[in-house]
Amino acid sequence: MNANLLELSGIHVSYGRAEVLHGISLSMKPGSIVTVIGANGAGKSTLLNAIMGIVPSSGTIVYDGKPVPRSVEGRVAAGLCLVPEKRELFATMSVEDNIELGGFLRNASERAETREEVYARFPRLAERRKQLAGTLSGGERQMLALGRALMSRPRLLLLDEPSLGLAPKIVIDILNIVSELRKTGVSILLVEQNARAALEIADEGYLVELGEVRLSGPASELSVNPALMESYLGTHS
Amino acid sequence: MIATFLIQDGVTNGAIYALLGLALVLLFSVTRVIFIPQGEFVAYGALTLALLDGGKVPATISLLVCFGAIAFLFDLWSMRRGTDARTFLRSLALNLVLPGVIYGITIMLAPLDLPSVAKALLTILIITPMGAYIYRIAYRPLADASVLVLLIASVGVHLAMMGLGLVFFGAEGLRAEPLADDNFSIGSLMVSAQSLCIYGATIAIIVGLYLFFERTLLGKALRATAVNRLGARLVGVRTHLTGVTAFTLAAAIGAVSGVLIGPITTIYYDTGFLIGLKGFVAAIIGGLASFPITAIAAIGVGLVEAFSSFFASSYKEVIVFGLIIPVLIWLSLSHGFHEEE
Repeated sequence: MNANLLELSGIHVSYGRAEVLHGISLSMKPGSIVTVIGANGAGKSTLLNAIMGIVPSSGTIVYDGKPVPRSVEGRVAAGLCLVPEKRELFATMSVEDNIELGGFLRNASERAETREEVYARFPRLAERRKQLAGTLSGGERQMLALGRALMSRPRLLLLDEPSLGLAPKIVIDILNIVSELRKTGVSILLVEQNARAALEIADEGYLVELGEVRLSGPASELSVNPALMESYLGTHS
Repeated sequence: MIATFLIQDGVTNGAIYALLGLALVLLFSVTRVIFIPQGEFVAYGALTLALLDGGKVPATISLLVCFGAIAFLFDLWSMRRGTDARTFLRSLALNLVLPGVIYGITIMLAPLDLPSVAKALLTILIITPMGAYIYRIAYRPLADASVLVLLIASVGVHLAMMGLGLVFFGAEGLRAEPLADDNFSIGSLMVSAQSLCIYGATIAIIVGLYLFFERTLLGKALRATAVNRLGARLVGVRTHLTGVTAFTLAAAIGAVSGVLIGPITTIYYDTGFLIGLKGFVAAIIGGLASFPITAIAAIGVGLVEAFSSFFASSYKEVIVFGLIIPVLIWLSLSHGFHEEE
């Protein structure tokens, strides 16, 4: 059980001629929350997109002891699921349909079962199941994105800035939900700009700057690291 | 009196254009392909039915086998770096066995004097898989291309299919026998059974599409792909799956249109293009996005065509295609500018 769920080594990603990730290595244990923090443009989202297979990358991604499947769909089937920064919901379709489609690769009985779990976890979504996804508030959209992701029964959730653009109170709600999720056995790779909050719920942290890992270690150590505190956590505390 | 006749004529043609327009909207919203060759499916369908009526073996089955074989070669090429048995067998079944079986069935059934409904179904069976093969051959390798590149590919597919139509069917026009040749009179109006078939089939397909998109997971996945391609990929909807489904549906709709129109006009190997363009006018009026507006616009196109061919017959095509201009102006004014994808 000591095997890592995800093991990245030497991940390089280029957009055209510009290389944005210069060999990132990262590993995470099953059932853990790992956070990747760093400034805007450091390459955090690109890293998640590379893990999901949306952008081509070089280097090796080992998932669950095996090389990760090639296609995005293959990765979803294997239990990887990305909640992207822009949520990418089906805006002109109902909440219900969005949730349903989240379980596209699962069979009907798995879908029905997971759907009840999702509605139990997000009662707000159950109330609005007939509403179009595009008419939801920011927080509700994030809940829908999470709910849709859970429908695929992921083993590794990749969350890209789940708190982006949300009111502070809702940020706390969302992050609470994220740490709740871990109790169900889902591992979470969390990309956040809100470094303090992210380190609070994470087990391990990685600081990425300009496409490279600058610092890594247990979240409790990183949150008291003086260099990190100054640039990402604010000077007080 | 003349007006009622023209209205009937217009609605009948309009129903066919509606089917074409719906297929075009379906394809564009799911795959971003502006599918010019949709009319070729209609011509193939009508010609196949006409040949079956004559007790001949339609050349379309050879064409189907060729398409399947080429699609299989494409699959083999993409499997060259290793594959699993399941993918290989699925490709074998879809691209070689299926056309082979249809070939065999057709050879057996063609000389028999089948009821016309059976001939119509056989025609639809022959044409429908072509959609999947054309997607595999022409569009799947271009899955990430721009709308313009896909449009250029469509022109190529159209020319190829029209050329193959000439090779396989010859230059003569054919007319199929009506599915049913009774006539009813409702008041002073004579209604042929064939036009009732057309209305019935159009309504059935519209209802069927509605149920498919609203009730089934695959239909929802197609809608989801149209709304948000990235979102659809992230939930595990394969671009190839939606592409194949959309093209197969479009080919089936095209085949149905061909079966319906075959008995009311003489169809040549190149007739499909003009019919397809009229469906395209309706699809444009629907903004290549709205199914109901497209269907209503198609009836309008049929009516305008019927009236203009009566009052100004030499200008009828100009008038019909001229409809598109005010719509385009209105669309471009109301949308400001369209973001290039």
